[in-house]
Amino acid sequence: MAAVQDAPVEADNEKEIKTETLNDAAGNHASAAGGVIPSPPVASTSSSGPAKAGGPGSEEQQTLMAVLQFLKKNNFVGAVDVLRREAGILEDSDESQGQELAASALGGAEAGDATCTLSRASSCTTSTPAVAAAPAKGGEDQPDVNVVLSAYSQQGDPALYQGYYSGLKKFVESVLDCHRAELSQLFYPLFVHMYLELVYNNHETEAKAFFEKFSGDQECYYQDDLRVLSGLTKKEHMKGNETLLDFRTSKFVLRISRDSYQLLKRHLQERQNNQIWNIIQEHLYIDIFDGMPRSKSQIDSMSGSLAGEAKREANKAKVFYGLLKEPEIDVPLDDEDEEGENEEGKPKKKKPKKDSMGSKSKKQDPNAPQQNRIPLPELKDSDKLDKIMYMKEATKRIRLGPESLPSICFYTFLNAYQGLTAVDFTDDSSLIAGGFADSTVRVWSVTPKKLRSVKSAADLNLIDKESDDVLERIMDEKSASESKILYGHSGPVYGVSFSPDRNYLLSCSEDGTVRLWSLQTFTCLVGYKGHNYPVWDTQFSPYGYYFISGGHDRVARLWATDHYQPLRMFAGHLADITCTQFHPNSNYVATGSADRTVRLWDILNGNCVRIFTGHKGPIHSLAFSPNGKYLASGATDGRVLLWDIGHGLMIGELKGHTDTVYSLKFSRDGEILASGSMDNTVRLWDSIKAFDDIETDDFTAATGHIHLPENSQELLLGTYMTKSTPVIHLHFTRRNLLLAAGAYNP
Amino acid sequence: MEDEWRPKQCSVLLPTESMKTMAESVGVGQLQEESCVALTEEVSYRIKEIIQDALKFMHHGKRRKLTSNDIDHALKMKNVEPLYGFQSQEFIPFRFASGGGRELHFYEEKEVDLSDIINTPLPRVPLEVSLKAHWLSIEGVQPAIPENPPPASKEQQKTESTEPLKAVKPGQEEEGAIQGKGQGAAATEGKGQLQGFYSMLHICVNFFPLARSTHELSVEQQLYYKEITEACVGSCEAKRAEALQSIATDPGLYQMLPRFSTFISEGVRVNVVQNNLALLIYLMRMVKALMDNPTLYLEKYLHELIPAVVTCIVSKQLCLRPDVDNHWALRDFAARLMAQSCKTFSTTTNNIQSRITKTFTKSLLDDRTQWTTRYGCIAGLSELGPDVIKTLILPRLPVEGARIKAVLEGPVISNIDKIGAEHVQSLLLKHCAGVIAKTRPLPDNLEQYRADYSYLGPLLHSHVVKARAQATLQAQQVNRTTVTITQSRPTLPASQSSLGGTGGSRAPSIIKVPSSLTLMSTRPGTPTQPSPSATKYIVMATSAGAASTQQVLIPPNLSMSSSPVTSTVPSSASAQQPLVKVETAGGGASSVGGSRTLQKYIVVSLPTSSSSSSSSETKSSTTVPSSSASPISAEPTVKTERSESPGASFHGSH
Repeated sequence: MAAVQDAPVEADNEKEIKTETLNDAAGNHASAAGGVIPSPPVASTSSSGPAKAGGPGSEEQQTLMAVLQFLKKNNFVGAVDVLRREAGILEDSDESQGQELAASALGGAEAGDATCTLSRASSCTTSTPAVAAAPAKGGEDQPDVNVVLSAYSQQGDPALYQGYYSGLKKFVESVLDCHRAELSQLFYPLFVHMYLELVYNNHETEAKAFFEKFSGDQECYYQDDLRVLSGLTKKEHMKGNETLLDFRTSKFVLRISRDSYQLLKRHLQERQNNQIWNIIQEHLYIDIFDGMPRSKSQIDSMSGSLAGEAKREANKAKVFYGLLKEPEIDVPLDDEDEEGENEEGKPKKKKPKKDSMGSKSKKQDPNAPQQNRIPLPELKDSDKLDKIMYMKEATKRIRLGPESLPSICFYTFLNAYQGLTAVDFTDDSSLIAGGFADSTVRVWSVTPKKLRSVKSAADLNLIDKESDDVLERIMDEKSASESKILYGHSGPVYGVSFSPDRNYLLSCSEDGTVRLWSLQTFTCLVGYKGHNYPVWDTQFSPYGYYFISGGHDRVARLWATDHYQPLRMFAGHLADITCTQFHPNSNYVATGSADRTVRLWDILNGNCVRIFTGHKGPIHSLAFSPNGKYLASGATDGRVLLWDIGHGLMIGELKGHTDTVYSLKFSRDGEILASGSMDNTVRLWDSIKAFDDIETDDFTAATGHIHLPENSQELLLGTYMTKSTPVIHLHFTRRNLLLAAGAYNP
Repeated sequence: MEDEWRPKQCSVLLPTESMKTMAESVGVGQLQEESCVALTEEVSYRIKEIIQDALKFMHHGKRRKLTSNDIDHALKMKNVEPLYGFQSQEFIPFRFASGGGRELHFYEEKEVDLSDIINTPLPRVPLEVSLKAHWLSIEGVQPAIPENPPPASKEQQKTESTEPLKAVKPGQEEEGAIQGKGQGAAATEGKGQLQGFYSMLHICVNFFPLARSTHELSVEQQLYYKEITEACVGSCEAKRAEALQSIATDPGLYQMLPRFSTFISEGVRVNVVQNNLALLIYLMRMVKALMDNPTLYLEKYLHELIPAVVTCIVSKQLCLRPDVDNHWALRDFAARLMAQSCKTFSTTTNNIQSRITKTFTKSLLDDRTQWTTRYGCIAGLSELGPDVIKTLILPRLPVEGARIKAVLEGPVISNIDKIGAEHVQSLLLKHCAGVIAKTRPLPDNLEQYRADYSYLGPLLHSHVVKARAQATLQAQQVNRTTVTITQSRPTLPASQSSLGGTGGSRAPSIIKVPSSLTLMSTRPGTPTQPSPSATKYIVMATSAGAASTQQVLIPPNLSMSSSPVTSTVPSSASAQQPLVKVETAGGGASSVGGSRTLQKYIVVSLPTSSSSSSSSETKSSTTVPSSSASPISAEPTVKTERSESPGASFHGSH
């Protein structure tokens, strides 16, 4: 605790970078932290509930107090007033309670406290081990760098470390085969912590020797982390190294069967090996389960993330993965279209299909969230028209399967000079947007219809507003062109996303902003500032209005287009958020990260409801199946993993790509999963078979131990090489034609 | 392997000397050794950190190459001022220097004269990003169009021909994926393929199914085959150029290869009997195009192609009027083809080169061989390279000389024989002079030559002398630059290109053979060119030397490349002369020393602004191939370079 007392001042400096994001929330948007969606267009009645009804009153009060304290300290007078008014706290009680709070055991560092409570409020408790540790340990463990590091200050004889480690190694090698694989999991976290302990205590040469001796034993998928670790040889380096801090602050999670654990415990006690025992106690979280020890392949399939596997309870929360009921729209039978159908000679097909669709939408899926769980924007007339179009197109959809593979149309960006960084298609496949390294966003029309912008205000005054074709008249014919360039960002554009109604385009960039562009005027409407670091990805909700962004600051933010500040902040990832994706029902978002985990967040309360581990590299693509039940994720290791959201389990591994998988997409009916990669191939996978194979298995949801099918080659339906063109985006049209895009890279 | 680099990764540090140097450069004189060590560790660590961050930007930029921009962004992320103005697209041009016991890597910055920058014409504006769509797959089958990679790589075609049982389906060749596939899956896939194939018939004419049987051609393939072969032997030169272009570039031809091969061999067989010179030339051009196609595995069909080519070299009679028609050009061309195939296909097992050499030598040694065949044999042998000339032809010079003398100076028996003898003589002089110039020690004594080579001695002597002069001249040129044109022969006004065409009904097509074959500057109709780039000329000059006989052999006129380009000439010619410069290797002063086929091509573009001087124009034009516009359209340029290979000795001659 001695270190804690000295900490505050330095701690502030240390945390400055990382807490900035949290300060934002605190300073500007205290109400968001409380979990209230600030007045979406549709009046929300339910959403303000959880915040106030959520926890026990006193805890809530304390949180608020902490926030107030923090705000005051930083002279956010306005915010203090607002918060006070909203929470209904009197000035006096605030004062007194604040003092109480300050005196309470929660510790000397208010800044730390504030962040702690804040992020507790805005994210799932279990998912932010950094701060979650604080309440659990009764405030002993502050999320301050020095405090965290000081855990290492205990002295042991540095010369003995190698002995300890090799002693354990010998022991693990001597145990029965069935336990060996499980106990081998200990090696990597122990190795790292012991190495860091040596470095922290300035035993540089011993640390080096230790690293050289044992780094070769570690699993190959920890290569990247080991590289970071190898550069780190001084105590001074440890400050400010984020990768390392994460390793410290979060407990490495291991799953071990009870038998194996007993074995280990007995061994360590016999040997009086306190050093290792201490590390296990302090830095590892061992999730013990009853039953058969897992096999090597089972362990390998789940491990690889920065902080070990997910705890079992982290994936226990109920997820409403079903789809929302489609609003009922009377499809007016368009005569012309009907004729067209007749000409094609399949008028019969249409009717039954429509019926089936109708019945589907009437039946309420038990797994679906309530219709108004998240307030969604109301449908405009134009949206209804679009829905009708969609249904019409859907009737012409080709049914895909292993027998009938989709055709692939490849859009090659020429003369992009390695500058193409992001691509998106509109849902109706009429527009393509490309983000470029030269900070521009370009929009192309791929239909004969050219892109036109609205006339200027002066010209708009002149037109007859009563005329029938007013929508046509407002467009400026002179501006018609096949492509438009949007200027505004000041750094490479890493993500673009069209709104479902095709009126807006989002782009996110290295400059830390997310921009909303109007596709009517081709101008920038809003620049959303919040991320202070590069924003890697952004994505519109399938119902529009909301969007998600994630970037280098490790926080994913949920925004609404008409709010310039985020509604939710999802904190918990231990490294950059590299990709984001909305669940089809818009109630959840999935984020993939460089910490090699995928997390699923509940938009309603900001909780992390799923943590998927198993990737061995940063995740660069995510895709939900159209029925909302499954998630596919692709990473730099070239593997695609399939997840069952309801059970929180890995259900498949698709091996084949040899480089980063940058894009994933399910076909409109979910039969085919298409993946595009840096290795210049598009691959098609039989997703039905992948999901079926698992469901016939008896999967023990309790343990979550899965046997992955040995050979994913059976699921591979096709591989299509491009001519040195990495595939960075895939899109299924409404009729199930696959569109792919990439830049030619000579 | 991993264990090898592991120990290294821990210990990679900047040398302390670097710290010292850097300290000195900012004015810190005496740096303690300890501080250097401390600094080194710190700096190395920070650099590693920055690079690791920069990698993130690379990944998100969807690139495989780390650029200086990534580093800048990583620095910015760490709140460090980026390194402004350090832009490098490709490589970082550090130079190495050592001296005084120090080793330095530094970035050389040249002094720039501002007036130079102002006066040099602006570089071409980079092309705008454009979007282009093509079918990557149609119902699960990848169409064989130029936008897609070749359906069957050469290796695959090879395995297919050598180990038919192991044949792997295209598109799934990687890492033995196919082995892992269950039998059932493979079966269903085949079915899907067939379906796809039928539905595709309507979509794409230029499409070939990936079925394994090589003996069945689809309707489209049959159509294509018919069109191509008709165009190749038809009367329209423009069509022929297009057809040959297609043969030389299309990636999906391997299915039709057996047909083409049979077409050519049968065609030669028939037309030799009928003495149809034009058709023989067309067929040889087809062979050339097939050899130029990088996706074809020709080895399997050499048994048909080589006899056809050899026939065109050594046949007694190739044309109806041997005294008038220029069948010599065909022999030369075929000989070059032969040499090229020897070079590419000859292995220790098939021994093509030695077998061909034997054939040629045998008929060369035969006294009764006619002049035409003799010419062919010598041409065929000479094209195989200086070594062959040295061992097989040089010893024969006195004998051949005597034979020529008998015809030329003896009583006139037949005009045909006389022409033949003259051709053989000039051929021998052309090829042998270069070799002699390289091998024979100085001085060149006329008497010595006469003694060694009898009748041909004096002529050879003068040729060798010229060749030597040429060589020294060239050496000087090479020292300066390789591209600048030192001796620009006064050349073609635009009208002259058509002049060649008016010469006669037959001759022009013969003239065209060597040049237009190698002219593939444009690819009409290919969709890969997103925007029309500036008109390019690639002019091929066969160094005619000074000897008039050689000019007969290959008329000096350089025919312009195929129609799309020539059509632009007249329009601009009215305004000003298109700048077409020809570099004759010998500068016209003497006969060429190096070899007969010393060919140079110069890429010349139409002057776009009248003010620009001609010299700058040619200079800039030489850069055209490298900076060639769009990434895909760069291909044709590659083609031209490769297509120059029949003049294989071109490179050797320098």
